[in-house]
Amino acid sequence: MHELGIAQSIVEIAEKNAREQGAKRVLTVTVEVGALAGVLPEALEFCFDACCRETLLEGSRLKIVQLAARARCRDCHQEYELKSYFDNCPVCNSAAGEQLSGEELRIKEMEID
Amino acid sequence: MCIDCGCAAPGHHHHHHEEHPSGKTVRIEEDLLAKNDRLAAGNRRQFGAYGLLVLNLVSSPGSGKTTLLEQTLAELKGDLGFAVLEGDQQTSNDADRIAATGVPAHQINTGAGCHLDAHMVGHGVEHFDLARTDILMIENVGNLVCPASFDLGEDFKVSVLSVTEGEDKPLKYPQMFRASDVLLINKIDLLPHLRFDMEQCREYARRVHPEIRIFEISCYTGEGLENWYLWLREQVARKKASQDR
Repeated sequence: MHELGIAQSIVEIAEKNAREQGAKRVLTVTVEVGALAGVLPEALEFCFDACCRETLLEGSRLKIVQLAARARCRDCHQEYELKSYFDNCPVCNSAAGEQLSGEELRIKEMEID
Repeated sequence: MCIDCGCAAPGHHHHHHEEHPSGKTVRIEEDLLAKNDRLAAGNRRQFGAYGLLVLNLVSSPGSGKTTLLEQTLAELKGDLGFAVLEGDQQTSNDADRIAATGVPAHQINTGAGCHLDAHMVGHGVEHFDLARTDILMIENVGNLVCPASFDLGEDFKVSVLSVTEGEDKPLKYPQMFRASDVLLINKIDLLPHLRFDMEQCREYARRVHPEIRIFEISCYTGEGLENWYLWLREQVARKKASQDR
């Protein structure tokens, strides 16, 4: 359940930015989560609502944008989607894939009032 | 959990969410682990200044991390200065076991937390005299999921997998084995009693992490531990050399 810590970070970062903007409250927060980031969206949503209490984010909505993981084959240079860390290249079946993305975990933007 | 009715049902969105007037959009673009990563970088600088080798031991509960530490300390503490940080949700049992070997140990209780983070480690090492330490061992909370995401400032993550857990753990928890530099396959003295396929386990681990270094050990009989000790001594020497430069 490290999603709780992640949710606390979201609230912390969003609230700090909201205060800097002089916002009355935060309406939505958008986060990007890579497919291999090790974060379960449902658990993150669950924790987020709990963490928002008595902050400028109370009542706000979390939008989770899930990003696919990508890899490039070192042998045939094909780019492909990684469903797991050990997917072989769909073209030449090489196991020598270089992971390009998929571990993103960042707060992208928020809507304030 | 919804603040209106307390429900946690997935997809159960209340329409009050949709009633907000459209507000102003502010771009943030900040990494959510940035704070931990910053603190970990601070830890790493501090450890580097002392030429300290730092290992983050990760595994399921009960794989034998604390016994591995007891054996390692008994063998090497005459030559090398150790300090041990112990992470558990509750109790100081593990730190007590380490302290009984005469090595400085400090227990971090994470309470509800499922992993150590860089902030806890930064304060944890305040209990040690780092100038007299060659190796800092951090025994993470027994958990094959969450500790994978949190850099503590270590040089290496070391996974411990005991043969009673089954050879497919690297495939089931790939993030952890992907993040680990070293894999210790422990309790090999039990192999005659188990249907554990060692070659298959090694293949699974390499599938997830081709460069992972694997040692087969038994902390009960001592089998294979000499290779682990040799590796530790080599890494300490490398750290010292990089500090002297």
